[in-house]
Amino acid sequence: MPVDPFNIIIGGVGGQGNVLASMILGRMLVSQGSIVTIGETYGASQRGGSVMSHLRVSLRDQFSPLIPEGKANFLAALEPVEGLRMIGQYGNPDLLTLINLRPILPLDALSGKVAYPDLSLILSKIKELSKQVWTLNATEIALEMGDPILANVIMLGALSALDILPVKRDIFSRTIADLFPAERQAVNLQAFDRGHDAVRELR
Amino acid sequence: MNPILNESGKIELLMGNEAIARGALEAGVQVCAAYPGNPSSEIIASLAAVAGVRGIHVEWSVNEKVALEVVAGASFAGLRGLCAMKQNGMNVACDFLLNLNLTGCGGGLVVLVADDPGALSSTNEEDSRLYAKLAGLPLLEPATIQEIKEMTLWAFDLSEALGLPVLIRSATRISHARSNVLLGDLPKEKRLPYFDAPRVTFPVVKNHQRLYDKQIQAAQYFEISSYNDYRGPDKPELLLLTCGSGWLYALEAVVSLDLSQRVGLAKLGTTWPLPTAWVLEQLTKAQRILFVEEVDPFLENNIKALFAQHNMDLGGKRFFGKADRTLPETGELNPDIVIRAIQNLLDITFQSRPPEYAVRAKEAVQQHVPGRDIGFCAGCPHRATYWAIKNALALDGRKGILLGDIGCYSLGMGASGFFQMKTLHAMGSGAGLACGLGQLKRFGLDQPVLTVCGDSTFFHAVMPALANARYNGADFLLLLLDNSGTAMTGFQPHPGTGKKASGDPAPVLDLKTICRALGAEVEEADPFQLTSTTEAILRLLQEGKGPRVLILRRECALIRGKQQKKLFQVTIDRERCLGDQCGCNRLCTRVYKCPGLIWDPMTGKAQIDEAICTGCGVCAEICPASAIGKEAA
Repeated sequence: MPVDPFNIIIGGVGGQGNVLASMILGRMLVSQGSIVTIGETYGASQRGGSVMSHLRVSLRDQFSPLIPEGKANFLAALEPVEGLRMIGQYGNPDLLTLINLRPILPLDALSGKVAYPDLSLILSKIKELSKQVWTLNATEIALEMGDPILANVIMLGALSALDILPVKRDIFSRTIADLFPAERQAVNLQAFDRGHDAVRELR
Repeated sequence: MNPILNESGKIELLMGNEAIARGALEAGVQVCAAYPGNPSSEIIASLAAVAGVRGIHVEWSVNEKVALEVVAGASFAGLRGLCAMKQNGMNVACDFLLNLNLTGCGGGLVVLVADDPGALSSTNEEDSRLYAKLAGLPLLEPATIQEIKEMTLWAFDLSEALGLPVLIRSATRISHARSNVLLGDLPKEKRLPYFDAPRVTFPVVKNHQRLYDKQIQAAQYFEISSYNDYRGPDKPELLLLTCGSGWLYALEAVVSLDLSQRVGLAKLGTTWPLPTAWVLEQLTKAQRILFVEEVDPFLENNIKALFAQHNMDLGGKRFFGKADRTLPETGELNPDIVIRAIQNLLDITFQSRPPEYAVRAKEAVQQHVPGRDIGFCAGCPHRATYWAIKNALALDGRKGILLGDIGCYSLGMGASGFFQMKTLHAMGSGAGLACGLGQLKRFGLDQPVLTVCGDSTFFHAVMPALANARYNGADFLLLLLDNSGTAMTGFQPHPGTGKKASGDPAPVLDLKTICRALGAEVEEADPFQLTSTTEAILRLLQEGKGPRVLILRRECALIRGKQQKKLFQVTIDRERCLGDQCGCNRLCTRVYKCPGLIWDPMTGKAQIDEAICTGCGVCAEICPASAIGKEAA
């Protein structure tokens, strides 16, 4: 790990499976000797609101389940404007960012009260406020695979390609063996691989 | 292998609520009960998942008072029992709790209450710790996930040593956080139940006195508890007195500010009754003391009272906390809030990131990031229900009053329920309030009265209100939104579902039969059939006397989604959709606002978002141009 504690945020919109993604990632890291503390925002927020999980990863100590302002090291956003929202509070010039390009319209954008911002503008702001940015269209891949919920695991696959954390395929495979019923394991492994291959650096 | 059953010596990433469950299993718990409520729901859910293999009884009770009585019954027969609840549940259970404190208990009885600072998933913000003081019962406050497992285990021993129920207070950031937990031994033995001692509160005054005496005994245990801990210099400039979820925030603040040589950190794990000698020793360390705790100034007020009694020996102190608003009185704490409070008290500067970056980052959010309100999920039957209510009330024209209750359908107060729901209080309060408003016709109230409640809420607290309505002749329409589970808290079963907590089959208590037995006129409708549902609401509003019930039955969209079963393939006929030119003014996306149906700004027409649409097909009924089609999937 580049720094200790290494602070990760996985965020998006309620229903995208960010809690499960954070739990899988957490278990992958714990199985390799890290002390991980995860704080999750859900409850009422799972009904279409903004949701995030904070992961504090350390080899020496336990940290609070909430990351202090400006202290995120890595951000995985399952939705573009949610990514920028989280950078607003937790970003810093050294932030590494992974973005799923597929927007989910907030209620006010659905109703036409506000416009969903232009995607390229959001990406350029995220780029300006991060040290390095990677993107992929995890939702499109998930839809191709027949189930939009796979986007979260596709994002974990993308993370594994970035060489930031020790989250290789074999560790993922072992971790989901404990978590998922046998019939769901192959499709999740496939989703992980698709994410690994699809991610590109934003330049 | 379920992680909470892994072998002793292993380290598992457990949620706080799972750690509580593991702690209870390590203590040899045999009976567990709760009514679901976040952030406490996963405690019983994880115990229920292992009830079969562990040979224990785990149940979802109909409400928290019954849950506590279930567990106390087991305790009177010598078994160990765990009852879990959220802060609101404590209010429901407290009538029994404030008698149970006088009779005491037999087998270890632990009451776990998870508070929700900031009301992240609650209708109120409440500090349950006050009940410990009110009931004169020992209170433990774990600060980490490991500690909550250890404390749960210890609480059972403590309960048996004192003959009293022991309260443990958790909070969202402990119950719903995950961290490494080192597992201990799981016992193999089971106790044989036997009821031998009477448990009555009489003679009351004598038993009340005994309760006070036991608190002295509890404080003696607490004086030597390793859960009370100090780290920092001998004479700190500032002493942080913390407990529970405040501890990790305080620690994080001290480390972030690099103040471990100047600031002391005292963590109290046993917060009622206070271990007075231990607390007084901490108070001698510093002149300036900041309390860091969540929700009310409980520790703060109790320690100030203790200080008042010993002020001649302790000299002058300056106390900071919620009372002087050094820390906010309301809302959730976090490391940043504690960092700022310490910065102000010690007059130091600290920048978490370059200020020029912070300005740019915040500006980018302000200028480009739209808000994201919570609302009903795509395909949620409640959205359709509120649409029908809105239309029925408009057709009725008398400005009907819709009283609300607790569940996902509480969102009916907001945009995704078309702002229809007008009150929100406790479980069952919608029907209770309707019993009052439903009596006002004789005084000239000509607005019809309606109330909503969910299927699980019905069993929890609506049945007494319905009996009351029939008996006293209250005039209202109860819309019973039956979505086949306790959806808000994670789809737990209830007496109407035919399933027990363990997943085993249970007899089904039929809502219709119960309502009829309570003397109400009952009809049923399908919320996805907008026209017939609207007609039924309108008819029941305008006809009939006394309590009427319309059961609106449709499974929760998330339960449906888990089964991956779309009812319909929904499509937009681009020829028929007149888009911006249609006189409907975008009724589908501007007003109905299901997240699965979006507006394509390029073509100016409606569009289905395949990643989100669950195929309920209701929007096909909304479109006046019949441009939305549905085909059985």
